[in-house]
Amino acid sequence: MEAHSSEVFVIGLTVFFLACIIGYYVVWSVTPALHSPLMGVTNAISSVIIVGAILAAGPQGFDTSKIFGLIGVILASVNIFGGFLVTYRMLSMFKKKTKKTKEKE
Amino acid sequence: MSSNMVAILYLISALLFIFALRGLSHPESSRMGNIFGVIGMIIAVFTTLMFKSVLSYYEIGAAILIGGAIGSFIALRIEMTALPQLVAAFHSLVGLAAVFVAAAAFYDPVAFSIGKVGSIKTASLVEMSIGTFIGAITFSGSVLAFGKLQGTISGKPIVFKFQHLINALILLLIVFLIVLFVINQSPTIFWTIVIVSILLGFLVVIPIGGADMPVVVSMLNSYSGWAACGIGFTLSNNLLIITGALVGASGAILSYIMSKGMNRSIINVVLGGFGGEQDTSANKDNSDKIVKQGNAEDAAYIMKNADSVIIVPGYGMAVAQAQHALREMGDILKKDGIEVRYAIHPVAGRMPGHMNVLLAEANVPYEEVLELDEINHDFPMTEVSFVIGANDVTNPAAKTDESSPIFGMPILDVEKSQSVLFVKRSMATGYSGVDNELFYRDNTTMLFGDAKKMCEDIVKSLSA
Repeated sequence: MEAHSSEVFVIGLTVFFLACIIGYYVVWSVTPALHSPLMGVTNAISSVIIVGAILAAGPQGFDTSKIFGLIGVILASVNIFGGFLVTYRMLSMFKKKTKKTKEKE
Repeated sequence: MSSNMVAILYLISALLFIFALRGLSHPESSRMGNIFGVIGMIIAVFTTLMFKSVLSYYEIGAAILIGGAIGSFIALRIEMTALPQLVAAFHSLVGLAAVFVAAAAFYDPVAFSIGKVGSIKTASLVEMSIGTFIGAITFSGSVLAFGKLQGTISGKPIVFKFQHLINALILLLIVFLIVLFVINQSPTIFWTIVIVSILLGFLVVIPIGGADMPVVVSMLNSYSGWAACGIGFTLSNNLLIITGALVGASGAILSYIMSKGMNRSIINVVLGGFGGEQDTSANKDNSDKIVKQGNAEDAAYIMKNADSVIIVPGYGMAVAQAQHALREMGDILKKDGIEVRYAIHPVAGRMPGHMNVLLAEANVPYEEVLELDEINHDFPMTEVSFVIGANDVTNPAAKTDESSPIFGMPILDVEKSQSVLFVKRSMATGYSGVDNELFYRDNTTMLFGDAKKMCEDIVKSLSA
């Protein structure tokens, strides 16, 4: 995280395009039945933006930037906890035909 | 911690996020995937807390606890039928968080090593303002989508003259403001960009109708990813760039799948404004045609004497919360040796995969729930199609009537099964405003009433 030169930008751009391609293939392999959980997970992980918010909230003392950072941390945390938990709830409902239910029949 | 160590930990975190998405290729691997995601997030957060510049652990810890408590409370309490609203609300928070992080970077560039106040590097300013712009659009667009899904705002599309022109002009204005911001780095202009972008977010979603929400929700999902990407570029943080790109790609693909499911172009989606052509559909006069009406006992009788039943659920099932009663009905039929399966249209419900989650909630095994491509060729061999709360996705006009607004939309071929049962509240048309000729066919029986009540009544008749 040093100087923001054009080199850093090009590296970022490289990473960006490669990640887009990975995303493209990984997401196409997601089964349509799990598209709702997919939204839940992507919601949670996009809140990795919390990293930026923590950096802003990091320094001691109180200034505008720190307050913005802390608000960012709260908002992102709502999403991280909420997103992963709601996905967990959804996924735990997707069940196979278990032997138990067959026995009941 | 050395910067190399940080980079490696962030990389591990990014890889875990990729595995989290990869796990969703099958329900069995998905739970593990979600755990990978959680671990990735924990690594990302703790790595960042190790930074030398990060000192205020108490404040940050408190903020995480507050946010975490709110998020957990909501996620554990929410009804599964309200899932689309919840997702929209969460998207808005990602957008808002992006705006706050960008603002923080603008007010304290030193903390992010992107220059000093008043002399921030040009590239950073551009990235920052793009991140802010996308974040603000995601925020307001999602808030409006939430309102429409929750029903606090009418789900009807609001259209006015020169809509696209106005949006285009606002977009131009934002580009101009960004240029200005890069030149003079004024806080006033920064906040103007935020406000104008918020306005644009509202305007983009306002013309979109309730039933087109699956596309909007996926689109906003995509935007929230690009916003994270923008912030990633500002902070030169590869983890944010990678994750943002994954989420952005995911949302884009979902939007593509959803718009294909409605036979609309992706451009149409990005521009917004669809779902507004309700009035243009030429409703043929069907008043002289006869509709065969039945009751729960008739339906029970028809299904009891069949070998195979395919259930086609739609948004109406979600509204009536009929999934549990429906599953009960399916169970009784299965006990009688009747083959029961569920057919899901890609755009059924209000978000991608909505029907699958509701059926899973009602304990329907996922092997019995099939997608359009998997089950469509089985309708001719099926005795009964039980359509509950769905309409347009079964309308044969999509294949035959070129003048129909839904022409070209892939449909579930329920018409090919021997008989069709339609559970509907009334004869009203679906969101497209098109009449469904299936209603008037000899082998169709209309079951008027609330979906949940109807299923319960059928269950009673079946067990009698």
